[in-house]
Amino acid sequence: MLTILFDGIAYGMLLFVLACGLAITLGLMNFVNLAHGAFAMAGGYATVVMVNWLGIPFIFSLPLAFFVTAALGLVLERTLYRHLYGRTHLDQVLFSIGLVFMAIASMDYLMGSSQQFYKLPEALKGQFDVFGVGIGRYRLLIVVICGLLALGLQIVLAKSLFGARLRAAVDDPRVARGLGIPVNSVFAITFAVGSGLAGLGGALATEITGLDPTFPLKFMLYFLIVVTVGGTSSLTGPLLAALLLGITDVTGKYLAPQFGAFFIYAVMILILTLRPQGLFSREK
Amino acid sequence: MTTRRSIIRAGLLGSAILTGAVSYAPMAMAQEVVKIGLILPMTGPFASTGRQIEAAAKLYMAQNGATVAGKKIELIVKDDTGTPDVTRRLAQELLVNEKVSVLGGFGLTPLAMSTVPLATQAKVPMVVMAAATSMITEASPFVTRTSFTLPQAASVMADWASKNGVKKVVTLVSDYAPGHDAEKWFADTFTAAGGKVEASIRAPLQNPDFAAFLQRVKEAQPDALYVFVPSGVGATVMKQFVERGLDKSGIKLIGTGDVTDDDIINGYGDAAIGAITAHHYSAAHPSAKNKAFVEAFKKASNMRPNFMGVAGYDGMHLIYEALKKTGGTTDGTKLMDAMKGTAWESPRGPVSIDPETREIVLNMYVRKVEKVDGELYNVEFSTFEGVKDPAKKKK
Repeated sequence: MLTILFDGIAYGMLLFVLACGLAITLGLMNFVNLAHGAFAMAGGYATVVMVNWLGIPFIFSLPLAFFVTAALGLVLERTLYRHLYGRTHLDQVLFSIGLVFMAIASMDYLMGSSQQFYKLPEALKGQFDVFGVGIGRYRLLIVVICGLLALGLQIVLAKSLFGARLRAAVDDPRVARGLGIPVNSVFAITFAVGSGLAGLGGALATEITGLDPTFPLKFMLYFLIVVTVGGTSSLTGPLLAALLLGITDVTGKYLAPQFGAFFIYAVMILILTLRPQGLFSREK
Repeated sequence: MTTRRSIIRAGLLGSAILTGAVSYAPMAMAQEVVKIGLILPMTGPFASTGRQIEAAAKLYMAQNGATVAGKKIELIVKDDTGTPDVTRRLAQELLVNEKVSVLGGFGLTPLAMSTVPLATQAKVPMVVMAAATSMITEASPFVTRTSFTLPQAASVMADWASKNGVKKVVTLVSDYAPGHDAEKWFADTFTAAGGKVEASIRAPLQNPDFAAFLQRVKEAQPDALYVFVPSGVGATVMKQFVERGLDKSGIKLIGTGDVTDDDIINGYGDAAIGAITAHHYSAAHPSAKNKAFVEAFKKASNMRPNFMGVAGYDGMHLIYEALKKTGGTTDGTKLMDAMKGTAWESPRGPVSIDPETREIVLNMYVRKVEKVDGELYNVEFSTFEGVKDPAKKKK
C-alpha cells in the first residue's frame, strides 16, 4: 500500500513539474498558454536527442533540456507571444492551440510519429526496498527534483526582488513601468523560465509516460486540471493539487482498475464545486 | 480530345485534394490502367502503419513491375489521418472520381468499417492490410484481409502458454475494442485448456502511468502477465514491468506481437528482452524469401519491415494474382472470386485466403525478444501452422 502511495506522490510530482510553468504563465502573467505541453514535448525530444544521439549523460541533459526549452520560449515570447498579452483570453487560446498543432506536425516531420525513449543510466533503474516499501529509483529522483524546484520557485516568487517586480508588472503594467520596472524583460524572463520548467518536466516524463508527437494534447488536460484545481495565486496550490491528483489517480487505478481514470475527474469536480477558485486563491 | 480533357480534369482534381494526397505513377495514356486506391493513416498517431504499408506496396510494384495481364497498375495513396469520416470521404472520391478497381489499406477497424458500405455498393473489393478485429471480413462479401486477426494471435498465445507450464495469468489490456478482443480470446482459449485467469485488468487507452496496475500484478503473483496495448505503449509497460522487479519475481511477460512491433522494438531497450509473444511476422523470420524482403525493404525505405509492412506487401500480391486470374478484368465480383482460395509463399511463410470467409489463413509463431547483432528482434521458436480465425470457426 505504501508503495502505491509513493508511486502516487512521484506521479503527482511529475504532474507538478509539467504544470508549474503553466501556473506561472497563467497565474502570474494571466496568459492562457495551451501550448505549454508543446514546450514539455520540446524538452522531451531535446533529451532524447542529447542522450541517444550525442551521448550526453542523462543527469546533465536534464538542465540542458531546461535551457534549450527556455531559449525556445524566449524566442517565441519575443516574436509571437508578446503581441497577445493585451488580447482577450479567447484570442490567446486560439493562438496557442494553433501553436500546439503546428508543434505536433513539425515534430512528426522531424522525429517521426513513433514513441521515443532514451537510455537511462543503470543507477536509476529498478526498485529498492525501504522497510518493505518498494521505492523506484527513478521515481525517487523525480520526487527529489520536484521538491527542490517547488521550494526554490516559491522562495523566488514570494521573497525575491524579481518576484515582487513580476507581481507588480502583472497587476498594473503601466504603473510598474512608471516605477522603472523593465516590464518587458521581466515578462520575457518569466515566460522563458515557465517554458524551461515545462521542458524539464517533459524530459523527466518521457521515461514514465513515453513521448510521441501527440504529447501536448495528451497532457493538456492534466496541466489544466492541476492549475484549475490548485488555483493560480501561488505555487503551493498547484503543488498540492498535483500531489492530490497523482495519489488519487494511482490509488484509484490500483483499488478499482475498472473505473480507471474516473477518480481524477471526480476529485476535480468535487473540489471545483466546493471551491470554484481552486484550493488556494486570492479572494476576488 | 477526351483524353486531354480527362487529364486536365484529373490534374485539377489532384490539386483540389487537400489531405496530403499523393499520386504516384504518371498518367498512362496508351495502355489501359487499373487503379488501386490505398487509404492509409500517413500522418497522426498511426502514421507508422501507413508508412510501412505504403513502402511495402511500392516495393512490391518496383520488384514485380507495374504491368499485370496487359494492364498498367496505378497506385493512388491517400492519407485519412486515422479518422473514419475522412476514410469514408476519400473512399468515395476514389470510387467516384478515380474509378479505382480495388481499395486497400485501412489502418484501424473503424476506418475499415466506415468504408465497407461504399465498397459493397460499388462492388469493389476491399483488401484490408492492417485492421485486425475479426468482424471486418464478415461485414460484406467484398472484404478480404491480408494482415491477421487478433483472435488468431491471442488464441495461439493462450494455447502455447497452457502447454508450457503457465497456469495462472493476469491479463492487462487497453480498454478499447481490440483490447477486449485480445482479452476475450486469450481468456477463452486459456480457461478451456485448464488455465486460470486470476484477474483481468483494463487500463484506459490514454493512460500515462501503469504503476498502479503493475503493482496489482505483483501482488497477485501469476505465472505470466498477458499484455495487449497499442504498440508504442508496450515499451512503457515493459519498462515499468522491469522497474518494479516483476521479471525477477518469476512472472513471464506474454502478449500478442503488436506489443513488440518490429518497427520500434529496438528503441525499447533491454527491458524488452525475454518477452514472449505470438504473431504472424517477425523481421527475423528465418527464410531466404524474408531475408531478401527485409533487405530490399530497408534499402528502399530505411526502416525495418513490421507486420503491417508484410501485410501491405501480401495485399499487393493478392491483387496482382487476382488480376492475373481474371485476365485483367476488373469486375469486382470476378476479382473477389479470384482472390478466394489464393495461396502463396509470403515473406512470413505460407498464407492463403479462406474461400469461405475471405479471411487470411496463416502460420502463427511464438517468439521471444532477443538481442541479435546488437539489435532487438523477435526470434521465433515455435510454429502453429495454418491458423484460421477462431472467431469464425465457432459458428
